[in-house]
Amino acid sequence: MNVLLNRSGAVYEGAQEYEERDMSLTQISTRDLNLYYGNKPAFKGVNLSIKPGSITAVVGPSGCGKSSFLLSLNRLAELIPGCTVSGSVRVGEHDIFDPETDLISLRLSIGMIFQKPNPFPLSVKENIALPLKEHGTVGKNEIDSKVEKVLKEVGLWDEVRDRLNSPALSLSGGQQQRLCIARTLALEPKVLLLDEPCSALDPLSSSVVEDLITELRGKYTIIIVTHNLPQARRIADYVAFFWMQDNAGALIEYGATKQIFNEPENELTEAYIKGARG
Amino acid sequence: MSQRPSDALLIWTLRTCAVTAGVIVVFIALFLVQESLPALRSVGLLRFFTDSSWHPAENLYNLTPMLLGTLFAMVGSVLIATPLGILSAIFVNYYAPPKIAQSYRGVLGLLAGIPSVVYGFWGLVVLVPLIGELEPPGPSLLAGILILSIMILPTIALVADSSIGSVPKEYMTSAASLGLSRWTAIRRIILPSAKSGLFTGTILETGRAIGETMAVLMVCGNVVQIPKSLFEPVRTLTANIALEMAYALGDHRSALFVSGLLLMLIIVCLILAAEWISRGRIYA
Repeated sequence: MNVLLNRSGAVYEGAQEYEERDMSLTQISTRDLNLYYGNKPAFKGVNLSIKPGSITAVVGPSGCGKSSFLLSLNRLAELIPGCTVSGSVRVGEHDIFDPETDLISLRLSIGMIFQKPNPFPLSVKENIALPLKEHGTVGKNEIDSKVEKVLKEVGLWDEVRDRLNSPALSLSGGQQQRLCIARTLALEPKVLLLDEPCSALDPLSSSVVEDLITELRGKYTIIIVTHNLPQARRIADYVAFFWMQDNAGALIEYGATKQIFNEPENELTEAYIKGARG
Repeated sequence: MSQRPSDALLIWTLRTCAVTAGVIVVFIALFLVQESLPALRSVGLLRFFTDSSWHPAENLYNLTPMLLGTLFAMVGSVLIATPLGILSAIFVNYYAPPKIAQSYRGVLGLLAGIPSVVYGFWGLVVLVPLIGELEPPGPSLLAGILILSIMILPTIALVADSSIGSVPKEYMTSAASLGLSRWTAIRRIILPSAKSGLFTGTILETGRAIGETMAVLMVCGNVVQIPKSLFEPVRTLTANIALEMAYALGDHRSALFVSGLLLMLIIVCLILAAEWISRGRIYA
């Protein structure tokens, strides 16, 4: 059964079950992936295979297509006027640009967290309940228990249990970001795309969110864009380094975090890691 | 705190403008009251609602039918124009291709700029005969409501467009990333976020519907009566002033100012109601 055409996942009981899930299905690989805004390429010719269940950090200077790369993986890029994507992205066995792809299933299985925390102007609880209801969870008890479960998973439950019905926008930035992660996790995705999830947060909130991401390792395939090299070094299993080449972003080097930081093969990578460029 | 000369000049210019605008409104209100006083003294406030009819020559001054005519036309047109305006704003923001959205906004702007007498003329030669075929006589409350709906539509549509357009784009993106349908996102997230603007737009269009005179005068038939159906002619307060001002004298003339005062009171009530409803709920 194809993962993208299968919307009804089994209800999970405990976090352990994540690790038992078949990770072979969440293999993501891109081939000759290009993305253009009008005539201007954001990145070109990206070939990358993401290891299932790992944390992959995408690093590089601003404007080299890192965020656009994330947006192309769950086809959110096509919401941007004038944006065209070519090449292929395979999630499991399935090419997501196949016209038969169910976009909703795709986005349920590949969750996304944005740079700026963007909870909806609803209550804390409703932020999680609205997507759940949209995708067919109707029982009040079922929703309540899922809300509690994901809020515990992101370590927010003890902070907000007394104000589940308060506006989500009244939470602090770090809490909002964790709420956004919680509402994404509630949909039981297999892949998480995080676009600089800590860069809009204060240092304390940032480290809380970073710890949370580390805890999610192994349960989800995680791809995180970050400008923070020490952070990439701390949390990532693999690092993909992007750089501008011929006026377009390009994947320069990809490898295990240790290798990228200690013995990079490409001199551009080496220079960037050492802080000499970018 | 010391101010730079250019700042002081700007501040005093702004103050003068603000005071001028405020004073003009106050003077208009005072003038209305002053001109209404003779009729209010000799006829008395109560008789404007209890007299058997509106026959100023026979000293009968019942304004109720015209007040109701104004309110019916207002409610009907607002009920038609509000959903149309909001839906069209949703359309241009979230469904229409950019080129169509652009030209649609242009057309709406044009619609807002057409003089009301042109609407009235069109209503008189096209709309009224059509309604007359459906059910005579033709000039009617319905014709007034329809013409008013078209006239106030650009107000609500443009205000709704700008308030929906100012809702952060990230809501739509994150809704899409959660697999929410566009309609769910619009209904549950976009519209609630835009509600203060939508509310303001509704108040503005209501004000315009109450005050509109010329087009309504041309299509409503202007018979002073409480309409029993949509197809019966009515006369609005504004039309009454425009129709009789030229020859009214004495108490009659003063009574027309009373209807002007009444219009102003309706607008004030509308604004106060808006304030009251919105306090802490909509603009919070």
